[in-house]
Amino acid sequence: MKRTPLYEAHLALGARMVEFAGWLMPVQYTGILEEHRAVRERAGLFDISHMGEMELRGKGALRFLQRALTNDASRLATGQAQYTLLCNHKGGVIDDLLVYRRGEERYLLVVNAANTGKDYQWLSGLEPDAELVDLSMDTALLALQGPSSQDILCRLTSIDLASLSYYCSIEGQVGGVEALISRTGYTGEDGFELFVPWETAPDLWRRILEVGKEDGLIPVGLGARDTLRLEAAMPLHGHELDETITPLEAGLTRFVDFNKADFVGKEALLQQREGTLERGLIGLAMEEAGIPRHGYPILSKGKEVGGVTSGTYSPTLNRPIAMGYVQHSYIEEGTELEVLIHGRPRRARVVRLPFYERKRRVG
Amino acid sequence: MNPRDCKYSKEHEWVRLEGGLASVGITDYAQDQLGDIVYVELPPLGEILTQFEPFGVVESVKAASDLYAPLSGEVLEVNEELSDHPEFVNEDPYGQGWMIKIEPSDTSQLDNLLTAEEYEKYLKGLE
Repeated sequence: MKRTPLYEAHLALGARMVEFAGWLMPVQYTGILEEHRAVRERAGLFDISHMGEMELRGKGALRFLQRALTNDASRLATGQAQYTLLCNHKGGVIDDLLVYRRGEERYLLVVNAANTGKDYQWLSGLEPDAELVDLSMDTALLALQGPSSQDILCRLTSIDLASLSYYCSIEGQVGGVEALISRTGYTGEDGFELFVPWETAPDLWRRILEVGKEDGLIPVGLGARDTLRLEAAMPLHGHELDETITPLEAGLTRFVDFNKADFVGKEALLQQREGTLERGLIGLAMEEAGIPRHGYPILSKGKEVGGVTSGTYSPTLNRPIAMGYVQHSYIEEGTELEVLIHGRPRRARVVRLPFYERKRRVG
Repeated sequence: MNPRDCKYSKEHEWVRLEGGLASVGITDYAQDQLGDIVYVELPPLGEILTQFEPFGVVESVKAASDLYAPLSGEVLEVNEELSDHPEFVNEDPYGQGWMIKIEPSDTSQLDNLLTAEEYEKYLKGLE
């Protein structure tokens, strides 16, 4: 089992450690509800060093990205990041990832921990004039998320964070450490992700927690990371996405650029776009007690019409919520459905996604 | 510390006999393992329970776990407060976090359960 450079720090903070995608990760420190609320109201610090990082360089780098991924990487200016999908020939999602442009012919790919090996295999050798290097075991990744993130981080850097736009990144020093600072996240809040050299992570982790203490910053585990992303309706590979689900079914068509010359999966996705979708991703708000979970059947008047992919109690909305796939005729907002929980159907209603949207900072 | 006046199941329920009724809840160890509890599903009044068979479900943010009856008997009371305050199970598992009260059909079944000392020894073995 792999350990991040912060393993000892997590133990010292009293974290409960669990296995996730081959890594020993903190699932919670003080409690999922408290950690969730800290991120919504103040700030939380996450160790997400298990995520995979790969660098792509060479004169074929852009051609490589345009062929392998669904979004248009040619629109990326240096420093910009883009959400994109890696599809198979049938249009199924092998992984979802972020691509950062770091220079003229240099890109960073950030992929799911569980898929890092598979992605590397799939991508290697796709383009002779581009070199793909797996940096996952050299790169630590910290996420500082929540409305107070900028106020906290600016105490450790001279970089003008206020000018750093959403989905943009900049290289510079944070707490004396050379970092790639990115205004991105997986919580539905404002925040930053910091890519730093593996061995510098413990010191930076400690310093961020120290300077954020007065704002109520606390460490946050994978448990709250999941409830936060689910409220924000961000898909999780292995749940809302997998190799049998297409971006069109997942409501991610805006990350597929059909105007690009050719990319893996394009033909299948075009065909699906011109035909009719058989299923679609929905949000469900429970109207009866019970917590929906991954794999529970979704019913309409007792007949199975789909299944839950993620479900939880929503700390922000104070009610159970879920995402799942249903036959396309049931995706309309307001549709009354049921979720089969512990052998009994419970009423639920299709609601608009996301479940939670933050109020944007003005000015 | 687990109260000395309770008996315990290996599934981490406690039972306390008071004036002919048996109160049932989950142990401090169980609530700690589950984490923040957000929903408790309890049986209707009058339901007949069988020792060591499921009688309800406790849900934390992360997962659902079955509850097992430590004794056979009829459900005479359920803790209605838990529907608005499931966190009582975390905060006070042996008090406000009680779940049901049953009229035991056979109190000799208490011999199938662990004493507080035995339960604590059992927990040590789980570490």
